[in-house]
Amino acid sequence: MKILVTITEARSVDTIFEIDGLEIDDRYLSSDLNEWDAYALEEAVQRTEDEDGEVVAVTIGPEEVEGTIRQALAKGADRAIRVWDEQLAALDLLDPLTKAAVLGSVVDAEQPDLVFTGVQSGDDAFGATPIALASTLGWAWGTVVNDLRLEASVAHVHRELEGNLEELTDVERPAVLSIQTGINEPRHASLRDITEAQQADIAVRDLADLSLDGGALTSSIDQITLYEPERESEATIYEGSPEETAAELATVIEETGVLQ
Amino acid sequence: MTVLVVAEHRRGELRDPSFEALTAGRELADATDGELHVGVVGGDVERYAERLNREGVDAVHTVARGEEFNHDVTTQAITQLVEAVEPTVLLAPDTVNGLDFLPAVAERLDLPLVTDVIDIEYDEGLTVTRELYEGKVETTLSIDAPRAAITVRPGSWPQAAGTGDAEIKAFDATVDESAVRSTVTGFQEIGGEVDVAEADVLVAVGRGIESEDNLDIVRELADVLGATLAASRPVIDNGWLPADRQVGQSGKTVSPELYIAVGISGTAQHVSGVRAETFVAINDDPNAPIFDVADYGVVDDLFEVVPALTERLKRS
Repeated sequence: MKILVTITEARSVDTIFEIDGLEIDDRYLSSDLNEWDAYALEEAVQRTEDEDGEVVAVTIGPEEVEGTIRQALAKGADRAIRVWDEQLAALDLLDPLTKAAVLGSVVDAEQPDLVFTGVQSGDDAFGATPIALASTLGWAWGTVVNDLRLEASVAHVHRELEGNLEELTDVERPAVLSIQTGINEPRHASLRDITEAQQADIAVRDLADLSLDGGALTSSIDQITLYEPERESEATIYEGSPEETAAELATVIEETGVLQ
Repeated sequence: MTVLVVAEHRRGELRDPSFEALTAGRELADATDGELHVGVVGGDVERYAERLNREGVDAVHTVARGEEFNHDVTTQAITQLVEAVEPTVLLAPDTVNGLDFLPAVAERLDLPLVTDVIDIEYDEGLTVTRELYEGKVETTLSIDAPRAAITVRPGSWPQAAGTGDAEIKAFDATVDESAVRSTVTGFQEIGGEVDVAEADVLVAVGRGIESEDNLDIVRELADVLGATLAASRPVIDNGWLPADRQVGQSGKTVSPELYIAVGISGTAQHVSGVRAETFVAINDDPNAPIFDVADYGVVDDLFEVVPALTERLKRS
């Protein structure tokens, strides 16, 4: 069985940061393997390691994201593909439908049995690429999967709904499954795995390699502002030593009358 | 413009985010003296249509097909409904199910798609606002297209009220059964011995606690308060506490007299599940969104503040 896993390098901002125009300077940003993708990758690796299958990790991004896709290799992916070119770099916003078109062409080229993705990326949190990808491919899909049992022609999934409720769904294969955190325990890569991943080849593909017309990837969504939201907090914030702030909080708690 | 909202139901009841999306849709339609239409697929559509006929709704389109949400059926039905109604904006709640079909409709109709939107403006063009980086930053996006698909975050608009004079119309969608490739076979409640929704006092712990061993300091605080221990998602995902302790969108919604959030950053998914009379937050990040919803807060190291608070309360 061959499973393709989409990998995103998710960025997080430091406690203190500055916005310059439509960007946050790199010095205030840290990057890592997207949390949801780590679970998707682990699920794929567990599904294939017993039967000599293959996990192919795919990412869209410039050379700078290779550190992240090497994390995927260190955590068990067999091969890695990075898609990037000038046309992608020129896009103002890599929206879910654009990502789905690019990833769809990789799926066409690779012909995996299944595609696993994370439910969303931690930074932009669109949460829409897996479904758009399945629709592009004409495949079935199952989203927010927190339990999975695979059979030859069907995936039995539990989908996490709101309010401690799960939906039990049978999804025909092939399918795109978006994997929720908590479904497994992502492994830590060993030093040896990390070293090997550093030396592994990463296949770099441009849109022409994927027979994709870059001209078709024009998004009508433009980012026009980026700003820190106005804090609407009316919270009383106590300052001082831990003993002093604890005393203030204790007074608040006593005044609620919950202490018997 | 015409706005088409897709309503959501589950186990026989319309869900609250549907009525919030109606408000967002009506505001948007008002900006251009436009119409607000609603689509509802499956279940008791006649009853749903009566409830969806809120003030400002011009038409409700019912698709009587199936009982529960099925994304393949909904995708086909809403794709056809969009082609018939020709809305400028297609809106759905940013819920698990809203996100389970709208991207497919957008892909099929080549509609630009923006999800998890917290504000929409129309002034010679459509702009939407959404959060990035777990709420630390907001961005405004302009959508320059004849039509667009948007999901709106639950809790960002009030629920539409009153009764309207909508025309209720049955929409005859053609469902290609060969394209229905998923089947919902049932539901399962994630239950347990503890019902955090029933607790009057909750001490909730988040990612900031760092390890399972460190839970002892919040357990002690919970014990001295006679509180129930709860958690945000990362603690549950790590297996440090069972799933029935989870508070938030995917866990339980709680409304205690006192809620103490320890080391919780306060993502929208978490705080949407908390309606506390008194909300206390302890976190070392002054920009953490949890302080937007807290009544009282301390910006400091929880490993120093929580034990000090426990000791102080023991003396009370």
